[in-house]
Amino acid sequence: MQGHGVESHGQSGQVSRGQGTGASVLIAARGLGKRYGDKRVLEGLDFEVDRGGFMLVTGPNGSGKTTLLRLCAGLAIPTAGELDVRAPRETIGFAGHEPLVYRELTAIENLDLYGRLYRVPERRERIGMLLERFGLWQARNQRAGSFSRGMQQRLSLCRALLHDPDLLVLDEPYSGLDDAGAELLDRELADIRGRATFVVSTHDPDRVLPLASTRLAFA
Amino acid sequence: MRRYAADVAVLARKDLTLELRARDTLPAMLLFVVSTLVVFHFALPRHSSDLAAKGLLWVAIVFTALVGLTRAFVAEREQRLIDGLLLAPCDRSAIWLAKSIAVLAFLGVAEIVALPAYAVFFSGIGWSTIAAVCLADLGIVAVGTLLAAVAAVSRTRELILPLLFLPLAIPVVIGGVGASVVGSPARYLGFLCLYDAVFAIISWASFEYVVTE
Amino acid sequence: MTALAVLTTGLLTASIVLIFFYAPVDADGLNQKIFYFHVPIALTSYACFGWGGLKAFLHLWKRPPGADLESYVAIHQGVIFGALTLVTGSIWAKVRWGTWWTWSDEQLVLFLVLFLFYCAYFMLRYSVDPGPQRANLSAVYALFGVVLIPISFMAIRLANSYIHPTVFKSSGPDMATSQLATFCVAWAAMLSLAYFLYRFELAGKKLDANLKELRELLA
Repeated sequence: MQGHGVESHGQSGQVSRGQGTGASVLIAARGLGKRYGDKRVLEGLDFEVDRGGFMLVTGPNGSGKTTLLRLCAGLAIPTAGELDVRAPRETIGFAGHEPLVYRELTAIENLDLYGRLYRVPERRERIGMLLERFGLWQARNQRAGSFSRGMQQRLSLCRALLHDPDLLVLDEPYSGLDDAGAELLDRELADIRGRATFVVSTHDPDRVLPLASTRLAFA
Repeated sequence: MRRYAADVAVLARKDLTLELRARDTLPAMLLFVVSTLVVFHFALPRHSSDLAAKGLLWVAIVFTALVGLTRAFVAEREQRLIDGLLLAPCDRSAIWLAKSIAVLAFLGVAEIVALPAYAVFFSGIGWSTIAAVCLADLGIVAVGTLLAAVAAVSRTRELILPLLFLPLAIPVVIGGVGASVVGSPARYLGFLCLYDAVFAIISWASFEYVVTE
Repeated sequence: MTALAVLTTGLLTASIVLIFFYAPVDADGLNQKIFYFHVPIALTSYACFGWGGLKAFLHLWKRPPGADLESYVAIHQGVIFGALTLVTGSIWAKVRWGTWWTWSDEQLVLFLVLFLFYCAYFMLRYSVDPGPQRANLSAVYALFGVVLIPISFMAIRLANSYIHPTVFKSSGPDMATSQLATFCVAWAAMLSLAYFLYRFELAGKKLDANLKELRELLA
C-alpha cells in the first residue's frame, strides 16, 4: 500500500506522502467531515496512515487539527465520510489540550486509576518507570491539582503511554513543556517510534519532522 | 462480568475518594436538607396534619438529591475528564453505574441526617417510610445520574436538570408518600420496586448513547 | 398529501355531523359532546408519543437518517394534541363540576405530567447544538417518556387512594352502538388530522434542511 494518488479536497487539507513503510494501513479516511451544529470544522478529508507510520498534522489555530485528532482517537464520530481506525480502543493512547487527570488525586493515584481501567500488566512497576522517565517521581504523591502546567502535561503523557499503546494520538504534546520536558518527550518518541503508529499535531513542526512519514497540512 | 464489576469498583472508588478530598457536595447536601426542613416548618400552618409534613419530607429528599446530582458530572464536563473515561476500554454503562453508586452513597448519608432531623422537628418515622426511602433512592439515583449526564452536554447545564428530572420523579414521590402515610404500604413499596427495575434498566442501557459525541 | 388533506377534512366533517346530530344526547346534555373530542384527542396524543418513541428507538438502533426528525415532529404533534386534551378536559370539568381543574380525573393528571415531561424534551432539544449528539439525547429522553406513560398512570392511580377517593371519573358509561360509531369516526378523524399535520410539518422541516444545504453549497 505505497502512496497512491492523493487528492486535496475542500478547504480542509492536503495530504503529502512521504515514505510509506509498506505495512498494512492503520487509519484510512475518505471524504471525512465533521460539523458541530452549523459549523463545518472538517470537510472532504482523505488520508491514510500506515501501521508504524507517523502522521504530522500542522495548521493554524482553529483549522480543525484537534477535531481530527479526536476523531482518530475515537472521541468523536464523523458526520460525513468515513474514518477507519483499525486499532481497538484499548490500544489507543491520547493526549490532548486537557491533561485528563483528576486534580484531587495524586499523580500516582491518577495513573493507578487508568492502569486499572486499561488492565496494565505489572501496573506498579510500569507507573514507577514512567514517572521516573518523565521526571515526576519526586512529585508522585502530590495532588495533580498542585502541579504546574508543564508537570501536568508530563503526567498527561505518562497517562497516554501507560498501557503501551499501538496508536498514539497526540494533540500538541509539546505545549506547556519546558526544555527539559521537551527533551524527555523527544527521547520517548524516538524510543517508541518503531513500535507504534503516531498521529501528532504541533505548532513546532521542525522538531518532529524528522520522525514523520506523512504530513497533513491544514489551510 | 468480573471485569465489569472491577471497572465499576475502580470508578466508584474514584468518585468517593474525590468527594472525600474535595468535600464540597456532601456538606452542601446536608446543610440543604436541614435548612429545607426548617423552611417546611414555617410552611405548614397550624393544624396541618402530620401527613402533610410527611409529604414535605419527600419533597426535601427529591430536591436534596437534585443538589447532589447537579454536581455529579461537573468535573467530567469542565475538565473534559469524561474523555479519559471514554478512551478507556471499560463499558460506558460502567461509568453510569459507578457514578450512581457514588451519588447513592451521598444521598444515603444526607438521609441519615435528614430522617432523624425530621423525626425531631416533626413526628416519628415508621419502618415503612425508611423502606420507601431506600427503594426510592435507587430509582432517583438511577434516573438522576443519567439525566445529569444529559444535562452536562446541554448549554444550559444545571438549569435543565430539574426540568428533566421532576416529571420523572413524580411517580417516586407518589410511591414514597403513599408508603409513608397509608396503613398498608405494600402496594406502594411494590410500585417503587417496579419503578426502580424499569428505570434502572433503561438508564443503564441508554447511557452509552448519551455520552458519545 | 392532497389525498390525505381531503380524507382528513372529510373525516372531521363527518365526525362533527355525527357528534351533533347523530349521537344520542346523554344525561350530561351538550357537555357530553366534548367527550367525542376529548378522548380521541387524548388517544391520538398517546399515539403520537408512541410513534415518536418508536422512531427514537429506531434512531438509536439502526440510525436511519430521518428518524430523529420524525421522532421530534411526532412528539411535537403529541404535545399539541396533549395541550388540546388538557384544554378540552378542563372545559368539560368546568361545565360539569364548576372547577377548571380536577385532580381526580386520572387521565387529565397523567396528561399534565406528560405535558411537563415533553416540554422538558423541547427545552433539552433547544439547549443542545444540532448534530448526532442532540439526536441521541432526544431519542433517549423520548424513550424515557414512553416508559413514563404506563408508570405514571399506575402511580396516579395509586395516588388517588391517599389523596382523595375517586369520585369523578371522566370515562363515560358503556357506549351504545350509535355512540360507539360516532366515537370511532371522531377518533379516526383525529388520527387523520394528526398524521396530516405530522406529514405537513415534516415536509416543511425537510424543505428547510434542503434549503440550508443548498445555501451552503453555493457559499
